[in-house]
Amino acid sequence: MTINQSGWRPTAPEAGAMSGGTYTGNRALMLEEALLFEIGDTETTGVDFEDPGSPAKGPHQSITLMGPKAGAQPGADTGPRPSPGSRLGGLERNRAIGLAGLSEPEAVRHYTRLSRQNYAIDLGLFPLGSCTMKHNPRLNEKVARMPGFADIHPLQPADTVQGALELIHRLAGWLVELTGMHSVAMSPKAGAHGELCGLLAIRSALEARGDAREVILVPESAHGTNPATAAFAGYRVENIPATARGRVDLDALKARLGPDVAAVMITNPNTCGLFEPDMVEISRAVHEAGGLVYCDGANFNAIVGRVRPGDLGIDAMHINLHKTFSTPHGGGGPGSGPVVFSEALTPFAPLPFVEKQGDDYALVEEETAGEHHGSSFGRMVAFHGQMGMFTRALAYIMSHGADGLRQVSEDAVLNANYVLRRLDDLLDAPFGHSGPCMHEALFSDKGFAGGLTTLDLAKGLIDEGFHPMTMYFPLVVHGAMLIEPTETESKAALDQFIGAMRSVAERAKAGDQSLKAAPVHAPRRRLDETAAARKPVLVWKEREQAEAAE
Amino acid sequence: MRYLPLAEADRQEMLSAVGAASIDELFVDVPEAARLRDKIRGLPDHLSEMAVERELARLSRRNLVAGDVPFFLGCGAYRHHIPASVDHLIQRGEFLTSYTPYQPEIAQGTLQALFEFQTQVARLYGCDVANASMYDGSTACWEAIGMARRITRRGKAILSGGLHPHYVSVARTMARFTGDVLDTRVPELTAETDTPSLIEAIDDDTSCVVVQYPDILGRIGDLGALAEACHAKKALLIAVVTEPVALGAIRSPGEMGADIVVGEGQSIGVGLQFGGPYVGLFACSETLVRQMPGRLTGQTVDAEGKRGFVLTLSTREQHIRREKATSNICTSSVLCALAWTAHMTLLGEKGLRQLAMLNHARAVAAAERLAKVAGVTLVNHSFFNEFTLKLPKEARPAVRAMVDKGVLGGVSLGRLYPEATGLQNGLVVAVTETVTDEDVEALATALEEVLA
Repeated sequence: MTINQSGWRPTAPEAGAMSGGTYTGNRALMLEEALLFEIGDTETTGVDFEDPGSPAKGPHQSITLMGPKAGAQPGADTGPRPSPGSRLGGLERNRAIGLAGLSEPEAVRHYTRLSRQNYAIDLGLFPLGSCTMKHNPRLNEKVARMPGFADIHPLQPADTVQGALELIHRLAGWLVELTGMHSVAMSPKAGAHGELCGLLAIRSALEARGDAREVILVPESAHGTNPATAAFAGYRVENIPATARGRVDLDALKARLGPDVAAVMITNPNTCGLFEPDMVEISRAVHEAGGLVYCDGANFNAIVGRVRPGDLGIDAMHINLHKTFSTPHGGGGPGSGPVVFSEALTPFAPLPFVEKQGDDYALVEEETAGEHHGSSFGRMVAFHGQMGMFTRALAYIMSHGADGLRQVSEDAVLNANYVLRRLDDLLDAPFGHSGPCMHEALFSDKGFAGGLTTLDLAKGLIDEGFHPMTMYFPLVVHGAMLIEPTETESKAALDQFIGAMRSVAERAKAGDQSLKAAPVHAPRRRLDETAAARKPVLVWKEREQAEAAE
Repeated sequence: MRYLPLAEADRQEMLSAVGAASIDELFVDVPEAARLRDKIRGLPDHLSEMAVERELARLSRRNLVAGDVPFFLGCGAYRHHIPASVDHLIQRGEFLTSYTPYQPEIAQGTLQALFEFQTQVARLYGCDVANASMYDGSTACWEAIGMARRITRRGKAILSGGLHPHYVSVARTMARFTGDVLDTRVPELTAETDTPSLIEAIDDDTSCVVVQYPDILGRIGDLGALAEACHAKKALLIAVVTEPVALGAIRSPGEMGADIVVGEGQSIGVGLQFGGPYVGLFACSETLVRQMPGRLTGQTVDAEGKRGFVLTLSTREQHIRREKATSNICTSSVLCALAWTAHMTLLGEKGLRQLAMLNHARAVAAAERLAKVAGVTLVNHSFFNEFTLKLPKEARPAVRAMVDKGVLGGVSLGRLYPEATGLQNGLVVAVTETVTDEDVEALATALEEVLA
């Protein structure tokens, strides 16, 4: 038997060994990354360019590069400058910008390292209530990048973009059918932009009747964008009370309705994760009082394929393509918020939109709106909306089809109820007694001991390898925890999450103070948000400048 | 169904765990009449990945791809080369499939990238601070007008004729509901911007003057005198930049005295995409930050004293302030902002200035060549990578006719201003680094033929 003389042995943990700090501050795969401005400089670029003065590229000799000079800070002159042959109106840049650059390998490493400090759906369950963090299929990404969609200009002549217009028209058709509504405005850029679109249409319709009215009624459980949007549209916001079952108090609503109420904004399913069973009756009462009904469609994922909002008497509803239809959230957008309208509101929908005229698809803009759409309240955004999201959403919808989308809502609701019933013996579910939930399960912090809070539980969940649920929302439940698992989680993933939730909840109820220190395994411990707001540091400054600002 | 992991056995087991006999029992709150018994009729069933790809590829081929032809369209959306690594980086699942960074301990990647983005935007615009992005340039422009109203407590905004007509249209829509008064004008086919008439219009009711730089016809006007005139009347100057690459070659609006600088970021890192999603940039002076709309990232420390980043000053925002918020905006455009910041990092100061000079050199050469086409005159004295030609006849049919010759030859002013009779012969031509000498020659030839 030969003896290995290299000293190699299979690894075995040394008893009693302690982990200490490291020279780099890194911890194996957990890599620290400095700020761009600390590792880059103004002389480095990761892009190669052709020389603008190159004769091979044509008669550009009149413009020359003066050659780069040092100078890292705004104020010092640096970089290439045009010769007198330029046509810049005498406004040539004469100060450095202060933009740090990295070579390509450094840049790729910088952002790859940063990416690893993020939690994501691709890594695990991301149960943010009312945010619908579902799997993002990569087919959608592939389709969006097809040159025929990605590399076309919004102002190309219409006959050169018939495929793009047809795609928008086709997606619009799906959205109208799935919601049972009359029409859809595709241009709003996100959910809140869609809300604005809906309310401006409502205001326009009421103005056309001769009275815009003054008040919009919003349930206390509503997302903050609802009152913010209503205020923007020039309305006063009043709250609608809720019942003990977490639904709109129909009698109180009816009592408040009158000639001053322009509309109600209702989220359905609501932000407590519950369907509003009186929705048809609410719509009827509002219409009888001369008002209109806006539905926040953020939670459409719970009912797609099983309920059409049009059957509930709704006049306008936005659809978050980045929720129900799986376009990626991307760390906070871009979103896309098409708005479906009832027949009553359709004439007031914004420009532009796509119309099929014979075999062709036409883009109706300001120029041609007058012919058939003279009541439109106008344009909300430059160009035609979030095309890159439309391609993704249509790929998702076609993949699921009518049968699959119905299965989506069923599985989303089943998963949420499974979480609700596997946790409600341990955590307080304020509306759990009133029946099943829809796509999300709501709990409160009742029974937590030793001063522990919802925040502590959430941070404990981070150490367990999960993204926390939505915290402290809706406002109507103390220490709210809103869990939306979505349909793209397996039973095994849910069981592991439930196990982690139970473990952390038991610690919270036992007053285990170690939860106050959580998270301890994340790239950062708890961050001081109070200090960040008291003395905002919103941009990086060179050390001298930062010190001078002290 | 490839996106749904639950097996039928799982569903049955879970139903019994929740005490429901069937899935229908979970929809018990839906009124009987509104409950769909079966899938919606008339809609197709699910398709395989291959089938979806095949069908959508078919639609995509019914479009004329910018990269396949000599291409000269601009007016608020520009075709630039984007390094391959940018698209790779934004497709990292940790960026692509994360959410708004509400739990900063596990979102430092997005937060640090946004902090770097804010710094780059602020420096490029010559301002103190910038936010973490808006939907796009047009909505950022309107938000700036609203911000100026809140700060000055005045309701009249003066919009330059050089401002992109879609941006004007958005502001007009919104102002109808907020009660702001807009003083708008249509551009004229002249070499100079409308700065003198803007200065003349400023009065004690003016909240702001909004001016595009370079403007819709590509002209570059000095903002210094305009800023002084605004400040003399305690109004704000809002500068709008639709082509950020220009700021690699010309002075920033901030250093010329603009109080708020907003714009479209699409040129850097974000492709044309038929108009969206794009990324709105928004910067201002430090003193105005609490009136700023949108998300902001700030630096702080964690419990161990390590530097980290969080969303901050959220007391301006709708989820805290509700109806008293500075804006109703919730979602921004973070993934596009990430593409923007990654591309800008690859460029760096040196690369951006080279890119800008390359654009300008190509545009100068193209303008000289196109001005030699019989009957065509160059309107601009100054321009960056976009200029306006005056044709001897209406530009809109000319653009149409050039398509038949395989050239996407620019944006006709008739498309943007269908009712302005004085603009119908105007053609706006954008020339970026992606344009070759052969492309310019093809455009010149096509123009000669359609004008003949």
